Amino acid sequence: MSRAPSLPPAARAVLDHDRRSLARLISQVENRDRRVEPVLRALYPHTGHARVIGIAGPLGVGKSSLVNALLRHLRGMGQKVGVIAIDPSSPFSGGSVLGDRIRIDREAGDDGVFFRSMASRGYAGGIASATREVARLLDAYGMDLVLVETVGSGQVDVEIRRVASTSVVVLVPHLGDEVQSLKAGLFEIADVFCVNKSDLPGADGAARYLADMASLSPEEGGRWRPPVVTTSAIGPQGIPELWEAVLSHERFLDSDGRRADGERDRVRAEIGDLVRERFDRRLEATLAEDPKLRALVDEVLRRRIDPHAAADRVFTEIARRA
Amino acid sequence: MPRGSPKAPPIRVLIAKPGLDGHDRGAKVVARALRDAGMEVIYAGLRQTPEAIVESAIEEDVDLIGLSILSGAHMVLFPRVLKLLKQREAADVPVFAGGIIPDEDAKRLRRAGVKAIFGPGASLTEIVETARSIARHRA
Ligand SMILES: Nc1nc2c(ncn2[C@@H]2O[C@H](COP(=O)(O)OP(=O)(O)O)[C@@H](O)[C@H]2O)c(=O)[nH]1
Ligand SMILES: [Mg+2]
Repeated sequence: MSRAPSLPPAARAVLDHDRRSLARLISQVENRDRRVEPVLRALYPHTGHARVIGIAGPLGVGKSSLVNALLRHLRGMGQKVGVIAIDPSSPFSGGSVLGDRIRIDREAGDDGVFFRSMASRGYAGGIASATREVARLLDAYGMDLVLVETVGSGQVDVEIRRVASTSVVVLVPHLGDEVQSLKAGLFEIADVFCVNKSDLPGADGAARYLADMASLSPEEGGRWRPPVVTTSAIGPQGIPELWEAVLSHERFLDSDGRRADGERDRVRAEIGDLVRERFDRRLEATLAEDPKLRALVDEVLRRRIDPHAAADRVFTEIARRA
Repeated sequence: MPRGSPKAPPIRVLIAKPGLDGHDRGAKVVARALRDAGMEVIYAGLRQTPEAIVESAIEEDVDLIGLSILSGAHMVLFPRVLKLLKQREAADVPVFAGGIIPDEDAKRLRRAGVKAIFGPGASLTEIVETARSIARHRA
């Protein structure tokens, strides 16, 4: 691909495989630092190659261990893989312990893997915007695949579904609490079910249960029926089969224009997220600075106007300025 | 946090335990204390080679590296981490240490560039405060 001479240095560095520059840009994306926007813009034409695959499921089911096993499998096939491992931020301190790297056992000096831990923070537009942009940076860097590991909190998992083209939902033999998670939306986001820890008793039963549940969904209109794969990440067992299930869903997307439809939906969602983010930023600024707001609050407190009327006035003001 | 917000992004810190010795209880306690102080702690776990530690520090773009060690191999492992950081043009990422390190060695490690060293008696408050003050500041 020819490179325009006007490419910002940070963008060129990513295309030239500079890991430190890539890592710094990811931080800027995470910090929602607007200085990264020209770099993202310059890199956008160099993206669109990497497939983004989600790995979702409750804490402790073995998602990171599966990512580790998949990395080995995929590297063996010569695929370059970026990983984004998302863990929750503490709502109290805003801090976070990101422990997914513990499970990763990599070949030293392998340039074909880039692993990044990410805290869910309190993103205004949701975590999807940051994740999409980080995935795109990894794409521009030359990765063929981006695996996104997300932990159990239903909201984050559902958002990642809007980033990934295939989502794997990981569960373990004794479903117990996970059945609750299924109700909380994990079932809806699954393109592939993975029953991990098949080295423990009960995996076959769990797989049958999931297959039964999946078969309850109507087969009409060429709908996708999520396959159920059993794995042991530490064996490892069933990893090629898991990847084959992911690929079968990717092939399904490639039939009948489904991928294009999905991408259209994702771009629409992304534009919406970014507009919301811009709006939020403007709103924050307005609420912070505007002396008129103080008067408005007083009016609400004196019950001259109600909060809806006040909100209308602020909204009109923001729209006028935008 | 919306883009362009004046609120400072959280400090990112890598906590790892090089060397072959046993448990990581101390490192986990420190990791949680740093989290409770609002930091994002990338916990890399046990038996990390200096090469893996430096690779993690670069990929995670951390502002600080904390290494816990009990095995007595500190005089080999720490200088190796510092040297690799330099080689990878990441010498601006400060390193602190925790563990049982004799005074004489501690002096030499400080001279070699380790920014702070905590013995088993150090308080969590002290560790958090020091971590905050030595962490790399971003442009
Ligand atoms: N028996 C067994 N344990 C596993 C398997 N996969 C992961 N584990 C263990 O489950 C625990 C949680 O694994 P981890 O990958 O961190 O789970 P995550 O929270 O979903 O990312 C660790 O102690 C792993 O060693 C497996 O296939 N079989
Ligand atoms: Mg994990």
